[in-house]
Amino acid sequence: MKATDFTDLVQRFDFLTERESADHLAVNCPADRLLELATALRDELAYDLLLDVTAVDWDAEHPRFTGVYHLYTTERHEYLRIAANCTDDIEPTLPSLSTLYPAANWHERETYDLMGIRYEGHPDLSRILMWDDYPYHPLRKEFPLAGIETPLPADDVAAQTNAKVLPAPMMGGPFVAPTEGPMSQAEPLAKDESWTEKEENQ
Amino acid sequence: MIQQNTSVGYDSKVEGEVIVTRADSVINWIRKHSVWPMPMGLACCAIELMAAGGSRFDISRFGMEVMRFSPRQADCMIVAGTVTYKMAEVIRRIYEQMAEPKWVVAMGACASTGGMYRSYATLQGVDRVVPVDVYVSGCPPRPEALLDAMMKLQDKIGRENAVKDLKATNEVLAATPGARVGA
Repeated sequence: MKATDFTDLVQRFDFLTERESADHLAVNCPADRLLELATALRDELAYDLLLDVTAVDWDAEHPRFTGVYHLYTTERHEYLRIAANCTDDIEPTLPSLSTLYPAANWHERETYDLMGIRYEGHPDLSRILMWDDYPYHPLRKEFPLAGIETPLPADDVAAQTNAKVLPAPMMGGPFVAPTEGPMSQAEPLAKDESWTEKEENQ
Repeated sequence: MIQQNTSVGYDSKVEGEVIVTRADSVINWIRKHSVWPMPMGLACCAIELMAAGGSRFDISRFGMEVMRFSPRQADCMIVAGTVTYKMAEVIRRIYEQMAEPKWVVAMGACASTGGMYRSYATLQGVDRVVPVDVYVSGCPPRPEALLDAMMKLQDKIGRENAVKDLKATNEVLAATPGARVGA
């Protein structure tokens, strides 16, 4: 049986465009047609498993945020990646797929928590990893790797211990492995080389 | 002659069946040979902690095999694993629920310093929210390392001023409204 390709999909969904992909089939979908597309894929084309919901932050580009969905069909054993750009760069929103796929519920909460994308129609869009009062979305490009000083979640514990959420000491990090040369010498090193350990006899 | 740090004085000619000692020594001796650990297992260190509790590494040789999963029944919290900021509050509350006297062991790199998690979400050492008695290096530490740490903790308990600490605790309790003063 021939694997599903882009021409099969675009016959049924004329709003799709093909997306560059290194592995399986990938399509771009306008955010306002996403729910329609997902419903049809699930009910007509047997994409019955939602594997992943995530997002990309393109930093200064427009559109800044792209929601990414990975679907799978247990009937034909094929993967499909759907990308949907958020039209608003300041308050990115996407339709929630949680009514179609129960798996979307927690995935969308995670993406909301870390990327700040609001999923419209989600039954309980609260943070899932960071605590409820946390003011940032840590996987956004403008968020520093070390973190930002914020109060500890519990006021009484913070008052008692004077502990705070502090930027983590990066010790010259982030640590980056060289892409060239043998793997044995590809130890990740701090970008700030003053932190790199030197051999003593040198 | 009984010096300041002598724990037992015994002279068969003078004392017969009587052994002279200090209250601190007796109390410490009792305490250090019946540590009741509470496993605060948060990551892979907890697996090594379980191994230490098993028959092969056998933590019961040192009189501390009675792992309790309730802070009310334990006096030594073994923080085994990565502490996130979200979990820091829980650790502090559980620590406060433990009865005095109590000790804390930070097991592994993460609990001691945050370890490899230089991250916005990870507490950079559990000593920022609870007082730590012994730090164990390793990622994760081998069970032997934990046993060594527990023996170090026993040594530390053996050097405590138990009576003085008890008095100090009672003074704090007496100054706290609603608290019940013990012995």
